[in-house]
Amino acid sequence: MEVHNLQELRRSASLATKVFIQRDYSDGTICQFQTKFPPELDSRIERQLFEETVKTLNSFYAEAEKIGGSSYLEGCLACATAYFIFLCMETHYEKVLKKISRYIQEQNEKVFAPRGLLLTDPVERGMRVIEISIYEDRCSSGSSSSGSSSGSGSSSGGGGGAGGR
Amino acid sequence: MPPGGGGPMKDCEYSQISTHSSSPMESPHKKKKIAARRKWEVFPGRNKFFCNGRIMMARQTGVFYLTLVLILVTSGLFFAFDCPYLAVKITPAIPVVGGILFFFVMGTLLRTSFSDPGVLPRATPDEAADLERQIGNPEDIANGTSSGGYRPPPRTKEVIINGQTVKLKYCFTCKIFRPPRASHCSLCDNCVERFDHHCPWVGNCVGKRNYRFFYMFILSLSFLTVFIFAFVITHVILRSQQAGFLNALKDSPASVLEAVVCFFSVWSIVGLSGFHTYLISSNQTTNEDIKGSWSNKRGKENYNPYSYGNIFTNCCVALCGPISPSLIDRRGYIQPDTPQPAAPSNGMATYGATQSQSDMAAATPLLQSEPSLTSDELHLPGKPGLGTPCASLTLGPPTPPSSMPNLAAEAALTDILPLKDEHVGHQFLTPDEAPSPPTMLAGSPLAHSRTMHVLGLASQDSLHEDSVRGLVKLSSV
Repeated sequence: MEVHNLQELRRSASLATKVFIQRDYSDGTICQFQTKFPPELDSRIERQLFEETVKTLNSFYAEAEKIGGSSYLEGCLACATAYFIFLCMETHYEKVLKKISRYIQEQNEKVFAPRGLLLTDPVERGMRVIEISIYEDRCSSGSSSSGSSSGSGSSSGGGGGAGGR
Repeated sequence: MPPGGGGPMKDCEYSQISTHSSSPMESPHKKKKIAARRKWEVFPGRNKFFCNGRIMMARQTGVFYLTLVLILVTSGLFFAFDCPYLAVKITPAIPVVGGILFFFVMGTLLRTSFSDPGVLPRATPDEAADLERQIGNPEDIANGTSSGGYRPPPRTKEVIINGQTVKLKYCFTCKIFRPPRASHCSLCDNCVERFDHHCPWVGNCVGKRNYRFFYMFILSLSFLTVFIFAFVITHVILRSQQAGFLNALKDSPASVLEAVVCFFSVWSIVGLSGFHTYLISSNQTTNEDIKGSWSNKRGKENYNPYSYGNIFTNCCVALCGPISPSLIDRRGYIQPDTPQPAAPSNGMATYGATQSQSDMAAATPLLQSEPSLTSDELHLPGKPGLGTPCASLTLGPPTPPSSMPNLAAEAALTDILPLKDEHVGHQFLTPDEAPSPPTMLAGSPLAHSRTMHVLGLASQDSLHEDSVRGLVKLSSV
């Protein structure tokens, strides 16, 4: 059902623009995205929801890259088995990436699609950006919305876009 | 929400979209032929791929074969000629330890050479356009010129990491701002994360994902070299005690060859191991060390912001830290209607070479473009098949000018918007007209880049289908 909703979004809406959330390197090379709220999303989604999504993603990535006892153990075990163990078993990082993609899918279904937005998993963009696609609803029946808001409003994304929050 | 509301109209749109994505093309067999191609076949960097994308190396592999030959021949001679004598005379543990060392050396060498060093995939056209807009705009405002210089002015971004100011450079080939510690390898034409150096001896770049294998390779090779050298000398000495020096040499001539090879190798390899041990303990890359990025000579306040403070942690992280999966999905199938990365400098990519494509087939019953694919196949990890026969495919084109296709692509990008409606016809033009030698593409950057941009526009629907499912296929080598 949720997928159906997003399919309808795709069918009925046209892509207006894409916003790219860049990486935040202030803590080094670990994977983190900027939580700065892009102005293009101003009328589309609440700042707090957006920040929460990005912060959750950041925490997932931090978990994937966490250095500690368990990651050392995995590294040593892998070395001891000449890395053959990865033929049978996923790395911790891969497991977390799967969690992330499930989370993004869930967020898309519950939060973003009803507002006419779509998140792309950063892993598909080489972990460089979180790509957010902003759709304009060209169908008058507002099919892309379910529940709360008809976020995608009219073409200029004016006042109506903020409705139902 | 009424799915049936406006039903007939929606159904009409629905089938239209699926037709677009599946293909407007003439013959299904052509679609199959294109659909069967994997992403490594259109990878924009200058790499060679073997075993259907499982193995990835640099273009020049001659020196790698030399390394292999040296190690195999020297070790082979050792096991064949010296070990029998030593096993009897001293202890059979000698060939055993030698054997273990040898397998470790070969394993780490192959692992270093064949794996993805941490290549950063190139930016998609949308990303590149967004960045260029951000880079170009202030300049335009300042100069009062219209937008769209073909080459954005060189730009650096400054970031403060742990109190140190680090400059992030914009890579013109990959159209991204390089993450800290990443560098563009001119030999492989890729941006590599935590770029250490390009090693011709292993035939690959050494970067974030294979640095530990490289280190273990040179470390174990030092041990092996010292081991063989020591026991060859021992062998000759023991024989000389029995039969005299010259006779000893005559009895085992292989020992001379081994001794010579090992003698010359020991200095360089042990030296290299020591150097990399120092680098690991201070968490620097060869690149940074050579440039003196964090050296005290630059200034009193200059320190390495990536170091964890103590040697032990630095070593643990470098050698036993988490391994990130490969960001370039080599073995995924190309979806004909998904965006391809920014114009490659060697004109290699014809269409659709991003990671999202592998998700498509599993994700989309709507889009009929990948009928032959099964989810099973997509979910198989891209591990090197140990027993599988490998066919090598050389993808290196002759050196095309790197700036030319970029300029042409960017020129084409700004004035091909009207082509959007024609995309149906154009979509598969380039793959059809491109014969297998990729050199042809370098000569037609305009046609290629036009198709590329058109594909970018046409493919957004399917791209977002990927996000909907959120499936991620990762190759783990």
